[in-house]
This record gives sequence, structure tokens and C-alpha cells, in this order.
Amino acid sequence: MSAGTLYDKVWDLHQVAELPGGSTQLFIGLHLIHEVTSPQAFSALKDLGLAVRHPERTVATVDHIVPTTSQARPFADPLAEEMLATLERNCAEHGISLQAIGSGRQGIVHVIAPELGLTQPGMTVACGDSHTSTHGAFGAIAFGIGTSQVRDVLASQSLSMGKLKVRRIWVDGQLQPGVYAKDLVLHIIRSLGVKGGVGYAYEFAGPAIEALSMEERMTLCNMAIEGGARCGYVNPDAITFAYLHGRPFAPAGDAWDRAVAWWTSLASGDQAMFDDEVRFDAAAIAPTITWGITPGQGIGVDETVPTLEQTDPDERPLAEEAYRYMDLQPGSPIAGVAVDVCFIGSCTNGRLSDLQAAAAVAKGRHVAPGIKAFVVPGSEQVAAAAEAEGLDAVFREAGFEWREPGCSMCLAMNPDRLEGRQISASSSNRNFKGRQGSATGRTLLMSPAMVAAAAIQGKVSDVRALLQS
Amino acid sequence: MTAPSFPFGIIPQVEGRAVVLAGDDIDTDRIIPARFLKCVTFEGLGVQAFADDRAELQGRHPFDLENYQGASILVVNRNFGCGSSREHAPQALMRWGIRAVVGESFAEIFYGNCLALGIPCFTASHDQVLALQAAIQADPAQTICLDLGGLQASTAAGLSWPLELASGPRQMMLTGQWDATSQLLANDGCLQKTAANLPYLSQF
Repeated sequence: MSAGTLYDKVWDLHQVAELPGGSTQLFIGLHLIHEVTSPQAFSALKDLGLAVRHPERTVATVDHIVPTTSQARPFADPLAEEMLATLERNCAEHGISLQAIGSGRQGIVHVIAPELGLTQPGMTVACGDSHTSTHGAFGAIAFGIGTSQVRDVLASQSLSMGKLKVRRIWVDGQLQPGVYAKDLVLHIIRSLGVKGGVGYAYEFAGPAIEALSMEERMTLCNMAIEGGARCGYVNPDAITFAYLHGRPFAPAGDAWDRAVAWWTSLASGDQAMFDDEVRFDAAAIAPTITWGITPGQGIGVDETVPTLEQTDPDERPLAEEAYRYMDLQPGSPIAGVAVDVCFIGSCTNGRLSDLQAAAAVAKGRHVAPGIKAFVVPGSEQVAAAAEAEGLDAVFREAGFEWREPGCSMCLAMNPDRLEGRQISASSSNRNFKGRQGSATGRTLLMSPAMVAAAAIQGKVSDVRALLQS
Repeated sequence: MTAPSFPFGIIPQVEGRAVVLAGDDIDTDRIIPARFLKCVTFEGLGVQAFADDRAELQGRHPFDLENYQGASILVVNRNFGCGSSREHAPQALMRWGIRAVVGESFAEIFYGNCLALGIPCFTASHDQVLALQAAIQADPAQTICLDLGGLQASTAAGLSWPLELASGPRQMMLTGQWDATSQLLANDGCLQKTAANLPYLSQF
């Protein structure tokens, strides 16, 4: 059993009571809501005659359904308009702060809460979205919940939870040029599998993790859920504190020093005990890309699509399904596979450093003929920062579209989607069948720089070659 | 339209015909594609369950096979319900008629979402799940009984398979306390005490 880890310390601090069934009532420090998974929860609250217990610990934004071309109201899609209007009404009725379109603070929920300084070490963070694991980058315990649980958090600022085991994922060495946090997490999921993390929280630690920026740590923790782990986290350190300092909701003045002292004390100590530990060498990781229909079906860009013989017997039926769906031949190289659409954005890779990495590849080059390529900043703040340094111009000159913030083509809840059998190079997080809006559409997950390389070449390409030339 | 009777109160067992859905890592995007999440109630989701998979299979998807219509028990394989946290997935299954799921393993958020709706997710070993699936496929008309007390699946013909269900969720179902809201609200005094000890709620 784990002991002395950040997970244990934060869990203990937030325990309210043991519930009759044996689960724990856990206090939720920050509740993030959005338009897709909250309307039914507010309806349930109304039916039960309940108020929101801590509206000041609840923060809303709109991200999934917003169009990224024009965000003028009312939205062209009446269903999308109804969802946003419902969220606006619910927030107004219950005194919840909504980061509205045009406020300068709107964006993908997992991008805006960190950039506003809402997400802090030692908190419990819940949101009706599985990529809430992102916030673990700060040393918070953050996890996705369903709508019934959104109702429970609204009503009681707490949840009925079972404690997870803790697996430490220790990464030695250093990521090589052209290899990013996205490649690291795709490599980890490839190795441990999409079911490997079920029942675990993932603690990411070691020299390679300590060297990551906050935005890279967010990319890493974001995809813990794709490895089956409901939450992933990194111990807070000087990089965490430097990121938080001066942000609107971060502590200031004397409280800042006290906060840093407390945050520092939360990190897993030298004596911490873990339920399991796995080691990786960052230097051995190549740009990684998925070829199949789960995020675990990944390979290095210089590898070939695994044959059945190279596949674990348990995984063979899924591999066969993936060959058929993706129309890729076992044993064939992934580099050179032609793509139709290139998408840079999402809660995984829609932050400023992601756009910088992609722009470095795109600068002075041009998108290949016939390729649709577009960049969707993760938030209004990301968009403003990127525009301030001229990234929008770099992308436009290279033939990319520069869009308004939102979840966009990560999932099919807004006008951005694949058509028919189109194949996308995507910086998002899921390559499930139909995920990007066409029941037969295909997704190759990769880093933003690799997406830019695919856009320029019109096919899957090793970004390291473009970075050298 | 008649209101379906959703899970309520004490759940000692789930009895009914079963539907087999074979395959690992069936994610919630497949259970309910994202375009159907554009709604402010869950009401219409039942008919949309597995919409894209069903369209692809043109009537050969288990949810479309005549033998399986009216089934209330879903039998799956490994890591069922992975991916998105959307409760729309179990809501769609429940509104299609599912009242319990048996599988080799489940994704965590999906499992919790089912529990919150009063839908037990039993696990069983690989071999036992395959045996149960084979028995159902051999005779889809037979009634299967999933017993939360005795932790087994059984048929009138006398076949049985051992099941597992974590003690917490099991107790919650057996005592009718699986709807957490009232329990959570009952401890508001303790909640205030916990909150008072959190540095970030008091300027550190």
C-alpha cells in the first residue's frame, strides 16, 4: 500500500467521512464545469430542491460545442446555442463565474484553469471531463467524473470515492530534440497499455520529468487517463511555483510564501512507498505516433505497423480490427502514410509552447497541396499570446488556418470534423473509431510539431529531419 | 410513451435475458458518439446507443439482433467503457434497457457512473466470461440471474458462474444506498471541519 506520497497526503487532507458502503467522502477543492456534462446535473439539483454548496469553488467555461470559425451569437447550430444558453442560465441562477466567450478568459477548461491560477498544488480538482487528469501537473489530485457526480459536487462540494493505488513512473535521462511530452506519454501508454493504469494514480517522477515545463507536464498528465489511470500527477517544484506566481487566482503577498512552504511539503518524500514502480529512459524515445484505434497502439515514427506475430496474443483481435479500420498493412512503415487533415490544438496540445513548437516547423515552409491544416489555440489567452509573437502570421503564411479557441476537432461536438474516410494527423488525445466526427474517419495521434511536419510534407514524416534542415 | 422503470432502492439481484458484446477496449465514444451529447437531457439516448457501430454492421450488431431485444444484462470483455467520462454512455445503455453489466474489467469512470445509476458492473475471470458469453449465445432466450448476495450468475437449467463485485458497491446496492447525494449531504458538519483545515481555503 502506498504511503507518504503526494496522493496519500492530499487524499488524507480532503477526507470528510467514511460512507455506509465503505467508500470515502472526499472534499473537492475546485469544481470545473462546462456546457456538455452539467445541464442534467443542474436539472437534478432543481428536482431535489438543492442549492450549489460552494458556488465560489465552482468555475465554468464553454469549450466543447463552440465553433472555431465564427463565435458570434446565436450559434448557427441551435443545439449548441441551447447548451450554452442553458449553462449561462444555470451559472447566473447559482452565482457561478462563467468565463464567457470574448471575456479574454474563455477556452478549454483544462487550459484556462491552470492559466488563471485556479489549479494549485494540493487541491482536489473534479470536472465532468476525463481529461481533468491534466491538472495533476501541479501536484493536484484531479480526476474526471460523470454527470451524477457533477450533481453531487454541486450539491455537497464532495464525492463518494474509493482510494487508488499509486504507481510511480520514473523517467531517467532527457528527451532528445524533436521529442516532446506527447511522445513521452504515447510511449508510456504504448508500453503499459490502455488498461495498465486502471485502479492506479500515476506519479510521474525522475530527472526527465523534473526537466519538463508546466505545459509539458500538463500534456503528460492529460493523457494519464488514456493509459487507464484516472489521475496522474507531478510533484510540485520551483517550475510549478514560477508558473503560478502572479496569476489572477494564485496567492499573493505573505500568503504566497506560506503557500510555497505548504506546497513544497506535499511532494512525495524520499521515504514514500508506492504500490508499483516502472522505469523509462527518456533518451531512448523517438517521436511517437499511433497507427491504430486506441492510444496504446503507438510506434516510433521510424518503425513499422506491428504484425500479428509482434503483437501480444491478447491484443491481436484489436490489432486486426485496427488494420481493417485504418486500412494499414501490418509490417508497413508509418512514415509516408498520406494524410488529409492536420489539426493542432486540444486540451492535450493547445497551449502556447505547443503552438511555438509547431510554428518552428511551419515557418518559411508551406502546407502540401490538398491538405487541410488548422490551428486552434486552447484559450483566448493562448490566442492573444501567440498573436503577440506573430505565430498566427507564421501559420497563415504557411497555409494553415488560424481559428478561435475551443475543443474543435478533438471530438465531434462542433462544426470541425473529419468527412468520410479522411485521415488526420492530430495533436489531440483519442484515436477511437469515429472520434473525430466521421464514423469511418481515421486519426493518427502525434505531437504538434509532428502534425506540422505532416502538413508540410502531406504525409507522416519525422519532424527531426525538418528541424535539422 | 411509458416511462421505463429505472433502478431504484435495494438491488438484491438483476434478472433477465442477456446480450453479448464481445471485444476489448470498447470506449464511450462508441457507446454513444459525441454528436448525441448535444442535448440538455438524457431522455433520447436509448435509441442512439452504439449508433455508428450499428450503422456499420447493418443490422448485425448485437443491439439490433432480434434474439437480444429486451435484454437487461450486458456481457462484455476487458476495459469496457474506457475513454470519455460522459455519463451519456451508461445513460444510453440504461435507456436501451440494460440494468447490469458483466465483464472482465471496466474503466474506472464508467464504473462509477454506472454505480451512480444503480447499475452493478460485475467482473469475472476471462474464462468465466467466455463461458457465460457462450452459454448466452447458445440460448439467448434463457433468463440469467445475477445475484448480488451470492455473487453468481445462474440459469434455470442449473448452470452458474462466479462473479465479483467490490464490497463497497455491493453493500451500497444491497442496502439501497447507491445514490450518494443524500449521504454526502448528511455529513455537512464533517465537511466544514475538513474545509477549515485546508490551507488553500484560508489564505494558507
